[in-house]
Amino acid sequence: MGLLDYFRSSRPKGSASVAKERLQILVAHDRTQRGQPSYLPRLQQEILEVIRKYVEVDMSAVSVKYEQEDSHEVLELNIVLPETAAADAKI
Amino acid sequence: MARIMVITSGKGGVGKTTTSAALAMGLAQRGRRTVVIDFDVGLRNLDLIMGCERRVVYDFVNVINQEANLNQALIRDKRCDNLYVLPASQTRDKDALTKEGVGRVLEELSGGFDFIVCDSPAGIEHGATMAMYYADDAVVVTNPEVSSVRDSDRMLGILASKSRRAESNLEPIREFLLLTRYDAERVEKGEMLSVEDVQEILSLDLIGVIPESKSVLSASNSGIPVVLDRESIAGQAYADTVARYLGEDVPHRFLEVEKRGFLRRFFRG
Repeated sequence: MGLLDYFRSSRPKGSASVAKERLQILVAHDRTQRGQPSYLPRLQQEILEVIRKYVEVDMSAVSVKYEQEDSHEVLELNIVLPETAAADAKI
Repeated sequence: MARIMVITSGKGGVGKTTTSAALAMGLAQRGRRTVVIDFDVGLRNLDLIMGCERRVVYDFVNVINQEANLNQALIRDKRCDNLYVLPASQTRDKDALTKEGVGRVLEELSGGFDFIVCDSPAGIEHGATMAMYYADDAVVVTNPEVSSVRDSDRMLGILASKSRRAESNLEPIREFLLLTRYDAERVEKGEMLSVEDVQEILSLDLIGVIPESKSVLSASNSGIPVVLDRESIAGQAYADTVARYLGEDVPHRFLEVEKRGFLRRFFRG
């Protein structure tokens, strides 16, 4: 710290806080992916193909959620059907 | 029975080998029979940091392949009788470390030592997973920097799922955070993640903070584990880390900017 810095009290906020924020988001996201079975993306793809045989839905219409609790695992599939068909279908 | 400790990080260049050498030497100096093993097959460097590179005859892979026995491959440290080094092989065959082979060597070492320190290679490939597989404790070496913190978190996930303890439903590996290359001055200026920031993100027990110090390079230049340099703040911080690992309650030092006198501050010290 030089003499000038000594008087310049209102220094701009450093980049560490940005780093922390970015990391918190990233790490939280990484952790949700952790422990998921590796077949999940393929499963999602195949389910989508089956549905597409009957209804026209796009890739983003299927969401697969995997949760792990102490003694059991939950696999939740959420498929949004187009307006013409039934509204939300949950399997 | 020896306690097996892995020094890991995911990211390269954060100070795993420096840490392995320092902690192993620190434990040995405190009277614990210690062996430090280099798992970085193909890119061995622990021998260089320990200053025993010219005494390597046989290596870890030779022992696994039963081309040499442990007594032939272990190098006794000249500065401390309790310390032995098992160097890595320079072979390019990455699969030379088999799970069974590593297990057998660790088992054999376990009878004669109090601590086995495993110096992991960077990355999450075979060598790194072998280094951590049999561990009881893991020291996760992290720099206060985004990519290192992220890789450390990734490593924690692997420790929790792909180790012997995880696979056989034993008590999980004890995980510790060791923050290295810490620059208190930059932290104070808001340019570097603080100890608290990193701890908050990784939520790990902090076992030590090693300040950025020129003595680390000069120690490795001369093949002397930095913990032997009592003048150096990094050396002292490593000695504190060893004490904490052995269960002593030692306060963390070198986390604050050294207070400088008015004149030095005035003339930019």
